[in-house]
Amino acid sequence: MTPSPQTSTRRATGTRATRVLGIVTLVMLGWLGLFGLVLSPADVDQGDAVRIMYVHVPTVWLAYLAFIVTAVCSALYLFGKRHSLGFDRVAGASAEIGVVFMALTLISGSLWGRITWGVYWQWDARLTTTALLFVTYIGYLAVRGLDGTRERRARRSAVIGLLAVVEIPLVHWSVRLWRSLHQEATILDTDLDVDIDGLMLFSLFVGVVAFTLLFVWLLLHRSRTIALDDLLADRGIDRAIAERRAEVGPSGGSS
Amino acid sequence: MSPGRIRLARRLAAKDLLIERRSRVLVNQVLPFSGLVMVVFAFALGTGGVLERAAPGLVWLAVLFSSLSTVQRSFGLETADGAMESLRVAGVDPIALFLGKAAALAIELLVLVTVLLGLAVVLYGTEPRAEGIVLLVTTAISATLGLAALGTIYGGLAAGGSGRETLLPLLVLPVAAPVLIGATRGVEAALGTDRTAVSEGWPWVGLLLVFAVAIGVGGALAFGSLIED
Repeated sequence: MTPSPQTSTRRATGTRATRVLGIVTLVMLGWLGLFGLVLSPADVDQGDAVRIMYVHVPTVWLAYLAFIVTAVCSALYLFGKRHSLGFDRVAGASAEIGVVFMALTLISGSLWGRITWGVYWQWDARLTTTALLFVTYIGYLAVRGLDGTRERRARRSAVIGLLAVVEIPLVHWSVRLWRSLHQEATILDTDLDVDIDGLMLFSLFVGVVAFTLLFVWLLLHRSRTIALDDLLADRGIDRAIAERRAEVGPSGGSS
Repeated sequence: MSPGRIRLARRLAAKDLLIERRSRVLVNQVLPFSGLVMVVFAFALGTGGVLERAAPGLVWLAVLFSSLSTVQRSFGLETADGAMESLRVAGVDPIALFLGKAAALAIELLVLVTVLLGLAVVLYGTEPRAEGIVLLVTTAISATLGLAALGTIYGGLAAGGSGRETLLPLLVLPVAAPVLIGATRGVEAALGTDRTAVSEGWPWVGLLLVFAVAIGVGGALAFGSLIED
């Protein structure tokens, strides 16, 4: 397999555009820190715990966005005419980012829950589905790690990525049914969109924008490192072949 | 669905069942294991009221765990001696292959479910009631179909060496949540655990059937790509 000239000349994953994007992301994250920790007021009920939301909501948004990107790229790979491996790399990179941020969501959420509800975990439909979703994508990444040629890996993972789209609504539906029938009388309301202060809403908005930019930045770099990894593997094979040939020497060059 | 495909699927299923009849791996290994799981639950939960109330869930948990071994056995047959490659080289239609494997698996799991439900009566003191029998049978069949389809999808992928065996539970268990929830509630209603009415069970059968159809169709379409290597 010959690497495309475009990837073979690029040794690093950064370009001018990603650098600018990275700086903008950093500035936005700084802004988020300023708004979330300093400028926005403490909540009447939740106190300072509400500040966890400025990270929690953007991370969950990012995770879902990442999983959507994975599904779309899986479909583009599978149904596209060229079966471009680029889509496969973006799908994989996006799932990795999604899993990391889903973990952050679960951690920040349980910390918030401990302060606000008094428990780390509630058997709420949304929480349970999120946890199952998290494990599903860990499984997806495990499938990506299986052996085989790059095309097989891409095809397999794309199918698994699309199967997840069929499965997740079913899981969510069943978990919701399960909870709605067995819910004890509770005043805990996991919806937080009640009567939200303007500055708080703006801080959340800053968070969502900052994390979206962060997602794009991470996605660009990660899919490029995957491409470089593939390139390295190709080169490794080429070099090994060349070395074996050299061992045999010019005289005994039978192949 | 062409008749040829259905005939092929039936032959593949018959082949799996014949192998099982001759080798008796499931009867001699998986069935005792699932019985053991039922006993171990009693150690963990203690005897008495808890066990009786949790019985429907425990039965399905035992089915779920045992189904993993059943799926592994089913695809172990195909990877041994390169049987799967032979099937593919012979031009066997992947959809027929999926349906055949899933059908054989469903029949095997149905036997398992029947035995475990019987064991729950003996060990956990659950009492089946006459008015819940239809619900019980329908729940068992629809849950088993979904589980068989799900196991077949990922069984093909997880078969064949180099760290793949451990992949199966990770892929199957999160998605099996609807089966576990629906089947447990259905059986609860059929048995009248916690004084639930029989009519409360039917919506869960609906969930199980939707699951079985969606996973069955999705699996049939995806299967060819998953067993490619």
